[in-house]
Amino acid sequence: MSENIVEIDNLSFGFKGRLLHKNINMVFPRGKVVAIMGGSGSGKTTLLRLIGGQIKPVKGQVRVDGKVVHEQDRDGMYKLRRTMGMLFQHGALFTDLSVFDNVAFPMRELTDLPESMIRDLVLMKLNAVGLRGAHQLSPTELSGGMARRVALARAVALDPNIIMYDEPFAGLDPISMGVICDLIRSLNDALGATSIIVSHDVKETFLIADYVYFVANGEVAAEGTPHDLMQSTLPFVHQFVHGEKDGPVPFHYPATSYQAELFKQASL
Amino acid sequence: MQMINSTLFTGMAKLLRGIGRRMIERIWRLGAGARLFFLTIIYSGESFKRFHLTLREIYFTGVMSLLIIVVSAFFVGMVLGLQGYNTLQKYGSSEAIGVLVALSLVRELGPVVTALLFAGRAGTAITAEIGLMKATEQLSAMEMMAVNPIARVIAPRFWAGVIAMPILAALFSMVGVLGGYMVAVPLIGVDDGAFWSQMQANVDVRDDIVNGVIKSVVFGVACTMIALFEGFDAPPTAEGVSHATTRTVVISSLAVLGLDFVLTSFMITV
Repeated sequence: MSENIVEIDNLSFGFKGRLLHKNINMVFPRGKVVAIMGGSGSGKTTLLRLIGGQIKPVKGQVRVDGKVVHEQDRDGMYKLRRTMGMLFQHGALFTDLSVFDNVAFPMRELTDLPESMIRDLVLMKLNAVGLRGAHQLSPTELSGGMARRVALARAVALDPNIIMYDEPFAGLDPISMGVICDLIRSLNDALGATSIIVSHDVKETFLIADYVYFVANGEVAAEGTPHDLMQSTLPFVHQFVHGEKDGPVPFHYPATSYQAELFKQASL
Repeated sequence: MQMINSTLFTGMAKLLRGIGRRMIERIWRLGAGARLFFLTIIYSGESFKRFHLTLREIYFTGVMSLLIIVVSAFFVGMVLGLQGYNTLQKYGSSEAIGVLVALSLVRELGPVVTALLFAGRAGTAITAEIGLMKATEQLSAMEMMAVNPIARVIAPRFWAGVIAMPILAALFSMVGVLGGYMVAVPLIGVDDGAFWSQMQANVDVRDDIVNGVIKSVVFGVACTMIALFEGFDAPPTAEGVSHATTRTVVISSLAVLGLDFVLTSFMITV
């Protein structure tokens, strides 16, 4: 059994002739919480989709548990996905099902467990995220933070080996953010799983991640432990970690001269 | 002169390119729609195994469409009664009003108007629901859970539409006949016995009722599949879902009217 549960080798991905990722190399060791960070539009979520096999790379490969993801047929892919759980950015809860039925969904669809056992398991998962009391509610009755916690309970419903989080902290209030942060780490350790977090929230991610990859311009711009990256003098990492307005990532979108543009406007 | 020619040429080339692009897009969409249809048939087994999913959708597409179908059918039947009597009495055959109302409804208006109302009521709801499921990543979430969205979401809705449509069309014809009766017999005073006996004698099970049922099944397949495909193919934005919903009504309505002509031609020939 390899030390790394997920390995990305020389991966390139793009569409319409434009490469979004160029020769990316990453490893995700078993039992660790690894974060992929970078600015908006840097292709972080696309990396999760590549790991999940929802899209195919142009070059290179993603291996999950030693198996090349994009070479799997439909059955092989589904078998692989049963070992993964994914928390989507906005939860992606099924709005026609209650909180209970959302968490029970993967159990009912993918296992032959009796309903009595499913009930107990769902209540245990919801208890772990602190929402056992909300099991009868509809997803439309939940706050953003609560929806994210229910989605987390659903993602870990079948005790996956890999849990992927797409922007788990986006749009949450500080209390919910703290709760989610704590849950990601504790669930990872309790289940003995490997967590892959895609985020641009530095403070929360650095608090729980064991290792961090920075993605910029389609490449791995930097990598290391949160402590190393906090001390980094690389201009991009420094700008990102300290939230500086200007730096290698410019404040202004590329444009023609400001003066020329204003005069052009006036002459219209 | 040369400049005008060049501008004209560029304009023509742009126009042709635009037409070509649109044609390719339409053909591509037709292919994608056909692919979804075949995948739906292939993965239908699962939705039959868990028929409660299909039953639930029959409730949403069929039962929830009942009100609009029944009310429309009643008015359509009453108008048929009035118009029919107005014309038939000129030839002294006002007793044939029953058969006129029944044949119009069973052969044509029942299946066609039901399909048009279905496209507007249930079709748009299906497109919006599937489109929003896509926009809110619910379909992606299913895929990531190793659950096939075509088997779990598309197939039950497809069969629900196919089952609900003939039942709704039969109800439409039944209520329409009742509407025609209300106008012709109690209101105008056509003989009660003549109304029903003429209908009984002239409406044929094979030529009229079975053909009507065949039409409504075909419309059910077309309308439901169009609604499902438009939702499944909608860009995951508010604008994308809104356009998809509009397209469902437009394409379904045109498909129903076109298919009606084709089916009627075959039925009359055979």
